[in-house]
Amino acid sequence: MVKKFYMSISVRNLSKHYDKQRAVDSISFEAKPGRILGFLGPNGAGKSTTMRMLTGYLEPTSGDAEISGKNILTSAIEAKKQIGYLPENTPLYTEMYVKEFLRFIGQTYQLKNLPARVDEVIKMVGLTPEQHKKIGMLSKGYRQRVGLAQAIIHNPAVLILDEPTSGLDPNQLVDIRALIKELGKNKTVVISTHIMQEVEAICDDIIIINKGRIVANDTLTGIKQNHSQHSLEEIFRALTA
Amino acid sequence: MYAVFKRELLSFLSSMVAYITIGIFLAVSGLLLWFFPDTSVLDYGYADLGGFFSLVPYLFMFLIPAITMRSFAEEQKEGTYELLVTKPISQWQIIWAKYLACVILVLLALIPTLIYYYSISKLGLPEGNIDSGSVIGSYIGLFLLGSAFTAIGIFASSLTKNQIIAFAIAAALCAFAFLGFDYTSEIFSMQSFETTISSLGINQHYQSISRGVLDTRDLIYFISFSVLFLLFTKLATGRK
Repeated sequence: MVKKFYMSISVRNLSKHYDKQRAVDSISFEAKPGRILGFLGPNGAGKSTTMRMLTGYLEPTSGDAEISGKNILTSAIEAKKQIGYLPENTPLYTEMYVKEFLRFIGQTYQLKNLPARVDEVIKMVGLTPEQHKKIGMLSKGYRQRVGLAQAIIHNPAVLILDEPTSGLDPNQLVDIRALIKELGKNKTVVISTHIMQEVEAICDDIIIINKGRIVANDTLTGIKQNHSQHSLEEIFRALTA
Repeated sequence: MYAVFKRELLSFLSSMVAYITIGIFLAVSGLLLWFFPDTSVLDYGYADLGGFFSLVPYLFMFLIPAITMRSFAEEQKEGTYELLVTKPISQWQIIWAKYLACVILVLLALIPTLIYYYSISKLGLPEGNIDSGSVIGSYIGLFLLGSAFTAIGIFASSLTKNQIIAFAIAAALCAFAFLGFDYTSEIFSMQSFETTISSLGINQHYQSISRGVLDTRDLIYFISFSVLFLLFTKLATGRK
């Protein structure tokens, strides 16, 4: 049996222009299953814009992308089914209860056996002690877990997480990173961040983006070898400052 | 689509929005119908709901924008809209779900007013002397008018992140759609022009249905009116 092999994410010349400003300027890259791709760059470099185009929130000015072989423009709904997405700042319906919210998200994916699946993801992300609360009552760390839970509820092939660790305390940071690392074992994970320690802790591959263009695309070990600087921080500064 | 519809409706019912808006609507319409001397049936002397049906559209101009103002504006402000559109549901499903949830709420506001019909028919001389055909027509008219206002409100909400602005735009558009065409038509002295323009307004069609005559032209007018504004909503909320 011939099995067609798809890159989990393949992006071709994706651009987003606002008037004359090029928020994302013709970027191309690929992401592989079982690896965590760190999407780095200064604020305003185009990280969120790229993620929003991949997830179908923003319309690209030109170029396109495929998620597990599904084109994000021509088969948008199919592509969306392949993605679990945690938007920046973790927007959630704060007036809903944790379980109610996760059931709602599950219904939008038309999942079967939903109550069991909700319990399963609650356990996976460590929400068990808070599962009966309203989302508005939760601390930031637990909200982040709800955000992750809604992203993985349909067991997607691709996880896109936009700054999943911003605003967490050191304990929560460690927990969430461990969780992402665990999830990354059998999925394609793209996370954006500007915390270098985080990249070193969890990422396998790195893309550095600056002013809408890719300035580095390598594995974590590769990038360190190619640039003789010692720390990732120095490499980041040299490429984007 | 059902999931989004259910969530919308439950969020109305669990957030007091429903109870407060419906409560205020019932209180004001009750006061106007029974107590305020200028509009009260008791002072009017005829056991007739005509006054009620001509007042409710004006209440709807404020009630419905209050119901619809949050539908898109709040989600855009809180960022949950991004969460919603990145799920595998189409733009149309989201718009229809929100629209239907608001229409159901309008319906929930209308149902308790059936008590007025009952009381008025009891007050008639002889008892039960009320033009039921016209009342049924008027209720259908009110429902269609409410649906049209809801479509306007949903559209207004999709234009902005600010609920107050959404409310103001919706109320102004509802007022114009209801009365504006009649007034505009009076500017022109040519009879044919006048009737054409006033037939674009909601009031003409509402009046026509209220007489108890359910004309397909009026029905088509109301349906296309709502669809048109939902289409505008689609354009306003499309991928940017």
